[in-house]
Amino acid sequence: MSLKKTLLPLVNPLSKDNPVIVQVLGICSALAVTAKMEPAIVMTISVTAVLAFANVIISLLRNTIPNSIRIIVQLVVVAALVVIVDQVLKAYNYEVSKALSVFIGLIITNCILMGRLEAFALNNRPWPSFLDGIGNGLGYGIILIIVSFFRELFGSGTLFGCQVFPQWWYDAGYMNNGMMILPPMALIVVACIIWVHRIKNKDLQE
Amino acid sequence: MKGLKKKIDQIKPKFEKGGKFEKLHSVFDGFYTFLFTPNETSRSGVHIHDSNDSKRTMIIVVLALLPCCLFGMWNVGYQHFLATGETGKNFLELFFYGFFAVLPQILTAYIVGLGIEFVVAQMRGHEIQEGFLVSGILIPMICPVDTPCWMLAVAVAFAVIFAKEVFGGTGYNFLNVALVTRAFLFFSYPSKMSGDGVFVSLGNQPAVDGFSGATPLGELASMAPGDQMTNVLGDPLSFTDIFFGLYPGSWGETSTFCILIGALILLFTGMANWRIMLSGIVGAFLMALVANNWMSDLYPATALDPLTQLCLGGFMFAIVFMATDPVTACRTTAGKYIYGFLIGVVTMIIRCYNAGYPEGAMLAVLLLNCFAPLIDHCVVSLNIRKRMKRAEIPNS
Repeated sequence: MSLKKTLLPLVNPLSKDNPVIVQVLGICSALAVTAKMEPAIVMTISVTAVLAFANVIISLLRNTIPNSIRIIVQLVVVAALVVIVDQVLKAYNYEVSKALSVFIGLIITNCILMGRLEAFALNNRPWPSFLDGIGNGLGYGIILIIVSFFRELFGSGTLFGCQVFPQWWYDAGYMNNGMMILPPMALIVVACIIWVHRIKNKDLQE
Repeated sequence: MKGLKKKIDQIKPKFEKGGKFEKLHSVFDGFYTFLFTPNETSRSGVHIHDSNDSKRTMIIVVLALLPCCLFGMWNVGYQHFLATGETGKNFLELFFYGFFAVLPQILTAYIVGLGIEFVVAQMRGHEIQEGFLVSGILIPMICPVDTPCWMLAVAVAFAVIFAKEVFGGTGYNFLNVALVTRAFLFFSYPSKMSGDGVFVSLGNQPAVDGFSGATPLGELASMAPGDQMTNVLGDPLSFTDIFFGLYPGSWGETSTFCILIGALILLFTGMANWRIMLSGIVGAFLMALVANNWMSDLYPATALDPLTQLCLGGFMFAIVFMATDPVTACRTTAGKYIYGFLIGVVTMIIRCYNAGYPEGAMLAVLLLNCFAPLIDHCVVSLNIRKRMKRAEIPNS
């Protein structure tokens, strides 16, 4: 029972309290980086790392941060972490870093980060905060990966850059769906995920 | 007819509650009311029923579309034989070539669209609504003749589910379903929806020398100043050709003459609103006049005179058959004038000043569909404020 309770911050955001499809946070980057699967996965790892460590740091500092300047402190911590992630990506995976362009930098403004710091890290101990950060990062990532799977499959006919649909499909008249590459379709795919999720979880229906 | 009625009445109890095919009630009901006028009457209170239910409304709109539809089929054949250089074909040969070229698309649109409607109605236990009767014929008419059927099927499924059924079905959609289908095709498969290879059905035959399958508006975007618009063989197009629709384009929308016949049918039977049509045409005319007055070589489409602008492309079709859709248009009288006027203006702005989109009617109607509730809200609030002012006693 107690183990289950400890793991709650990790498990809850994956489905019941998912940051993207239940709290509807972080939609902007979910639309922007999901045209291909590789950037989506790198984005997931980046956000998870930044969120987990920012949660831990803020949680450690939570008793010393004056209430009136807490947002600034949170921003400084997040910004520092994001710069580190950005530099690491540039050093080790320059191509993906270029594909993600400003969206790594914009992790700072991702609502999920500020939301978790404000709602969780400021009131909890470091270990649960760490789990919460990992859980929310992964919850965000699951949606990103599902969306990018459909968008890359139908938009480019590839997965991770490898051709999935055989050539004879194209010869027979099949064409990639150009709208899947455009952000509006990401919104519709997210909507479909919410639809299916709500059918499975009746208590979330409004 | 009587025998059929008897037969149907015989099997009717099977579809009612407790019957063998209870689950298929809505399918049965759909066909039943399609064939016969339901004789249900109100049981309490005073009610007056108009015999003009939505089925009959839809059928009249389909009737109004027939001239465009038939002419479009003939025109498909005409353009085909013009492009392949076969002369001496008679009227029927032209017509039937076009008829068989567009038939698969019409069937695809109806089967996919109605199929989804039937399934959804069954799932929800609703009656089957007949909103798709019109959309099903509109959709192929506003697409290029060479659109592959599977694309059309995907687009129709997308539009019916995401523009209509998720909002509650017929009568609750805020976007025109036919135009959503076209927009989906346009943004998903741009190479099949624009350019010079899709608007004339060649059917595996080689084209003659000097053939160009571009629509006049598409041609216009790449024209040098002083050039004339040409037909598929490169001969200049006269205004009469344009008015009667003898040029390549999405096959239902080229003939202004047939659209005007359809408009008369709609207005005479009171199905469409004249305010939207009138203000739309006025808006487009004024905007075209303004663009033409300050024409620039940078934007070749501004060189067209306003009347030709009106008759070319899909604008007339959109303003007569799409903009007047009572579900997606404004409800207030003043709102209707604003709504129609803005559709006209926006169409011409997109056409003249955006080289990426040779035709702007689709985007203009969809944009104004989104704004229609806002326009209505403003009109109603203004009216309330005006009346409140009248009610206030000054200096009290």
